[in-house]
Amino acid sequence: MARITYREAISQALREEMHRDERVFIMGEEVGKWGGTYAVTRGFLDEFGDRRVKDTPIAESVIAGAATGAAMAGLRPVAEIMTINFAFLALDQIVNHAAKLHYMFNGQIRVPLVIRTVGGGGRQLGATHSQTPDVIFAHFPGLKVVAPGTPADAKGLLKSAIRDDDPVFFIEHATLYSVRGEVPDDEEYLVPIGVSDIKRAGKDVTLVSYSKMIQTTLEAADKLAEEGIEAEVIDLRTLRPLDTQPIVESVKKTNRLVVIEEGWRSFGVGAEIASRVAELAFDHLDAPIRRVAQAEVPLPYNKRLEQLALPQVDDVIRAAKDVLYLK
Amino acid sequence: MAELISMPKLGFDMREGTLVEWSKKVGDSVAEGEVIAIIETDKANVEVTSFKAGMLRQVLVEAGTVVPIGKPIAVIGAADEPIDLAALGVEEAVPAPKKEAPAAPVPVPAAFAPQEPVVTQTGPVIASPVARRMADELGIDLHQVTGAGPEGRITKRDIEEYVKQRSAVPAPKKAAPPPIAIPSVVPTGEEYRVEPLSPMRQTISRRMTESKQQAPHFYITSEIDMEAALALRKQMNALLPENEAISVNDLLVKAAAAALRQFPNLNASFAGAEIHVHEHVNIGIAVAREVGLVTTVLKDADKKTIAQIAAESRELIARAREGRMRAEEMVGGTLNISNLGMFDVEHFIAIISPPQAAVLAVGSIRQVPVVKDGQLSVGTRMKVTISADHRVTDGTEAARFMQAFKVALEQPMRLVL
Repeated sequence: MARITYREAISQALREEMHRDERVFIMGEEVGKWGGTYAVTRGFLDEFGDRRVKDTPIAESVIAGAATGAAMAGLRPVAEIMTINFAFLALDQIVNHAAKLHYMFNGQIRVPLVIRTVGGGGRQLGATHSQTPDVIFAHFPGLKVVAPGTPADAKGLLKSAIRDDDPVFFIEHATLYSVRGEVPDDEEYLVPIGVSDIKRAGKDVTLVSYSKMIQTTLEAADKLAEEGIEAEVIDLRTLRPLDTQPIVESVKKTNRLVVIEEGWRSFGVGAEIASRVAELAFDHLDAPIRRVAQAEVPLPYNKRLEQLALPQVDDVIRAAKDVLYLK
Repeated sequence: MAELISMPKLGFDMREGTLVEWSKKVGDSVAEGEVIAIIETDKANVEVTSFKAGMLRQVLVEAGTVVPIGKPIAVIGAADEPIDLAALGVEEAVPAPKKEAPAAPVPVPAAFAPQEPVVTQTGPVIASPVARRMADELGIDLHQVTGAGPEGRITKRDIEEYVKQRSAVPAPKKAAPPPIAIPSVVPTGEEYRVEPLSPMRQTISRRMTESKQQAPHFYITSEIDMEAALALRKQMNALLPENEAISVNDLLVKAAAAALRQFPNLNASFAGAEIHVHEHVNIGIAVAREVGLVTTVLKDADKKTIAQIAAESRELIARAREGRMRAEEMVGGTLNISNLGMFDVEHFIAIISPPQAAVLAVGSIRQVPVVKDGQLSVGTRMKVTISADHRVTDGTEAARFMQAFKVALEQPMRLVL
């Protein structure tokens, strides 16, 4: 176990998998010479050479399309799309090709592709570079969508994604790269895709979140504990396939649910989980389900307005108290 | 700037209070700290004081209304300033209508309709899904349950409260009464009459059950020679006017406070994974009222002289007896003393009042035969029993505490120094 950053954890996973399986290669804008926009692949070009570390033109549809083709042909590409906002330019390749080929050709083709990308706001990058549109990608069957919130999960999930035979859309968070945590050194350390994780056990209220917001939620849970409220915190880790069972079990215990997401509320993760819980645990609810999410505006550039629009610890505490009927 | 006075929270489990009467009328001027209303909690009547000087500009609830804690009850402001209730954050300016009269009746979905015809109240009930399921499983008519949630929503907690209260009242037995042997007693046909539990009895039953179920009690009884303490009290009272006289109880409070300072582990609370050792020594004095028992709290007893304790406890006990306790006098006790000495009891055992770690039960001071240096003589003795929470302390520590308490009373000059 070593205490390393989220950035180092991802870098470690990539390096280990590239050593383990020579079909694994990386491609994307500035992943080679520059070492990656977030310095994840620094040193990779020297270590693995330009056949396995490929700088690409600034053309996301090319990156996603070429990677899909390479995967169909038997390689295991890890394509980097610099930010999730640019993945919109490659939406056709991702959702109409990568996600569907296995189904449309009667299982004859597999697409063992990983698309690594970076989402989230909070760094004053303006409305078009700060989005959290994770749910758009989670909407499509055929695509697995993973979004880790801790260094350990980032490493274990990326390794699982690279070993998975289906396309995985892997969403990192721009403000998590310098977050540190205990990460196993083990080269066979894998976190299964599609399994949520109870990050903190509690009995009074269930808080569900993922990615950056799991950190915010855990901080809120600490503060709630100071007031004697024991929150159970569940980290989704994967948006598709969504692991609902731990949430249902938790709600049966606490009777109260708050879902915290960084993206917008409408048609969001909270909406999906709220309806699943209403379907599977309706008779266990003691309060309306609450969602904590980003204000429904394009994210402002102004620092204070940006923070105001993003969910904060106090918002989580307020919502938890609301469902507990506390002032 | 006008400010709101809200229903205060007095005690950790209080959820609502009844506004018994307004002590001030709208338009009366109010000094800071002056009593503006009397409220009744499940424990006692309590005075609500204003934290601001000004004029009572508006009352937001009528006398006799049950008000949830935190809900505004009055507006205090300058005589001439305009009052904008909305700006103060008050949602409704008029007293809320009774729950039984909803504005727009909503039909109950068939799936939720009671299986049997309901002969009591009918109409829509707002209840959370889990509350509905529990009511269904337990055979509870939701119309019988009071909802404490928003807009009267019945929640899980309300059902649990209801079940607790229901189980406190034994269900009438169907079996025929057994024949009564004594001919002079005229059978009434009823084995007992049913009296609903008062809010106070409910609180006492809940808290005492909780204590006996959760706190492992152990008991240590000490016999204390009270001769010197009574002599000292006589000397002190000779110097004091009658209405400032010192009682035996005042000496007990002082002695207990001094002993707690020596054994701070007993001035503590069990709190799950940890123990909270209290910084202040606040002695709770149990006061019997006809409706039940209340405890009034004498703060920082270790720092006060006996005369101060006497003056303060006289005032506290009088207010407790008359049901005029103030909020701060009901909470924060770290050790209770229950004295039944006036009822000629040799000794007794008390139940710890959570979250305290111990309680002292004091019996009568009696003249008893004692053997001293092989000689039989008449001594003045009092028995005191400590009930202590074994999660917090052990027998030896409690015994040493009792020893310190005993020494303080047997050499009472220590309490004056």
